[in-house]
Amino acid sequence: MKAQKNRTKNEFLYFAWRNKKLRIGIFILLFFILLAIVGPYLTPYDPWAYVGPPASGPSQKFWFGTTMFGQDVFSQFVHGLRPVFLVGAFGGGLATLIGTVIGFIAGYRGGWIDEILNTLTNVVLVIPTLALLLILAAYLGVRSFFIQAVFIGCTAWPWTARAVRAQTMSLKAREFVDLARISGMRATKIILTEIAPNMLSYLVMVFILQFGGAILNAATLDFIGLGPTRGISLGLMMQIALLWGALPLGMWWWFIPPGLTIALLVGALYITNVGLDEVFNPKLRGI
Amino acid sequence: MWRYLGRKFTIYVLTFFLAVTIDWVIPRFMPGNPVQTMLSRAALRAEAVEVMRGYYLKAFGLDVPIWQQYLNFWKAVFRGDLGISVYLFPKPVMKVIAEAIPYTLAILVPAILLSWLAGNKFGAFAARRKWLDSTLLPLGYFLTATPYMWLGILLAWGFGVALGWFPIAGGYSFAMTPHFSWKFVLDLLWHWFLPFASLFLVMFGGWAIGMRNMIIYELEADYAQYLESLGAPRRLIRNYAFHNALLPQITGLALQMGTIAAGAVVTETVFSYPGIGSLIVQAIQNQDYFLIQGCFLFIIIGVLLANFLVDIAYLIVDPRTRRGMLGET
Repeated sequence: MKAQKNRTKNEFLYFAWRNKKLRIGIFILLFFILLAIVGPYLTPYDPWAYVGPPASGPSQKFWFGTTMFGQDVFSQFVHGLRPVFLVGAFGGGLATLIGTVIGFIAGYRGGWIDEILNTLTNVVLVIPTLALLLILAAYLGVRSFFIQAVFIGCTAWPWTARAVRAQTMSLKAREFVDLARISGMRATKIILTEIAPNMLSYLVMVFILQFGGAILNAATLDFIGLGPTRGISLGLMMQIALLWGALPLGMWWWFIPPGLTIALLVGALYITNVGLDEVFNPKLRGI
Repeated sequence: MWRYLGRKFTIYVLTFFLAVTIDWVIPRFMPGNPVQTMLSRAALRAEAVEVMRGYYLKAFGLDVPIWQQYLNFWKAVFRGDLGISVYLFPKPVMKVIAEAIPYTLAILVPAILLSWLAGNKFGAFAARRKWLDSTLLPLGYFLTATPYMWLGILLAWGFGVALGWFPIAGGYSFAMTPHFSWKFVLDLLWHWFLPFASLFLVMFGGWAIGMRNMIIYELEADYAQYLESLGAPRRLIRNYAFHNALLPQITGLALQMGTIAAGAVVTETVFSYPGIGSLIVQAIQNQDYFLIQGCFLFIIIGVLLANFLVDIAYLIVDPRTRRGMLGET
């Protein structure tokens, strides 16, 4: 039994390593995680301090140049990278958790509970997330990264709930679940020990997609000025750059790094997701 | 068919009800009282503050019981009375929004439709074609992962500032007054192009990838394998796969509506395009709460309408929904 388990694990690792998409995706992710961790120690400057000549391009002293006011762009960039991961992981995680729980309950219980939860899911699904975040954030005077992540998590779950519900319903009809039910197992235990493990690979992929979605949502909120009221983030950098005329002045070093990083990060997450899909689902390995 | 439409319609009515309620609840129960903010901004003497507070409470209808405020809010919504904009005083919010809507629709509708069509075609074409799959699809992933505002900034910088081909701000030249002439229409189109292109590109990437992945699933399906074993031409199989893969893409269009609306908001902000998106950002920066509420309602209504249109498209495309063979929404 144990040997069997080991073998499937090795097989998984083998295909995971062989998958180019997965390799590229994970490499990019690790690179930025590392940069977010060590980055702030690489730069002697405070992200908001006026340390250099204003609006000067990249140089040896200021790797990414300086802002309109002479702040170091590189230092803002590495400091802004941390909240991206925090909001992404926490917001995406919360969305995955809510969506999974609602999906499990709706799919397993069925009946009127399903009816209610399904309606709720569909309603929240139609409401544009950003509009909701917008009106919430607009009225909340002081905002933190934590609150932003909670907002995002509480609005991004519906598609997950829907997908998990559909999968739960199809798994529920299988024999091993019937067996567990006949043996008198409690519903929560059946969901946790019989149904969830069979969807684990899917849930991992859901989390990755939610992670990327949360990053994009957070950047959008930051960009329109509804991000956290303190601290720096990549979205905020873009907002400030646009607001202070980096565009007409052609200060590309100010607005390219933050957006490019978000695009690379989220793109890497998406590619990782497809790579995992190919690893878990042998049919797709093809070509 | 009616069951399907009825179910959808119930969801939309519920959503609208919920959205209006949220629109009403949040300003009243969030910390930070708009009336207090306005009072403290005016910085008056103590007795003047009381008079002003009474005036504001009456003006905003806050002096009646809470349930009555809620009913009044609904009545006002149906009358199309969304209050007066503080930032563009004394223009009614409704009028401000009505002026902005054509611009938003002008970039959104073509961008959504064209990117969906082109993305699907391209994705279907690229699937299982080795060199396209490995060269252009990473680009697609990159595009769909790009924050809308950043692509906007990039295009504005490249084509607007560096090359100088397109203007980077506004809906039309400041020297012009809106009137109907070829010159003005051309000017409008000239300003319209970059925001449109920026929205189009981000969405295009998403649809192309979605379609490519769907086609690969479909080509693995039993019917495709069966056809292949019968010796059917590849083109025919791909055609069937394409038709089947279109259905989830239509559903995807409905699911994406909210994200697309968000994309339009930030894209307009980048180009200072005079649509709803720029309006929202200005409203937020000026703490114009009535305008924020109004824009929120309009985004919701727009997304609901778009969803409804997608449902109808689905009915036309998928015969199973028409015959009531799919009970599930």
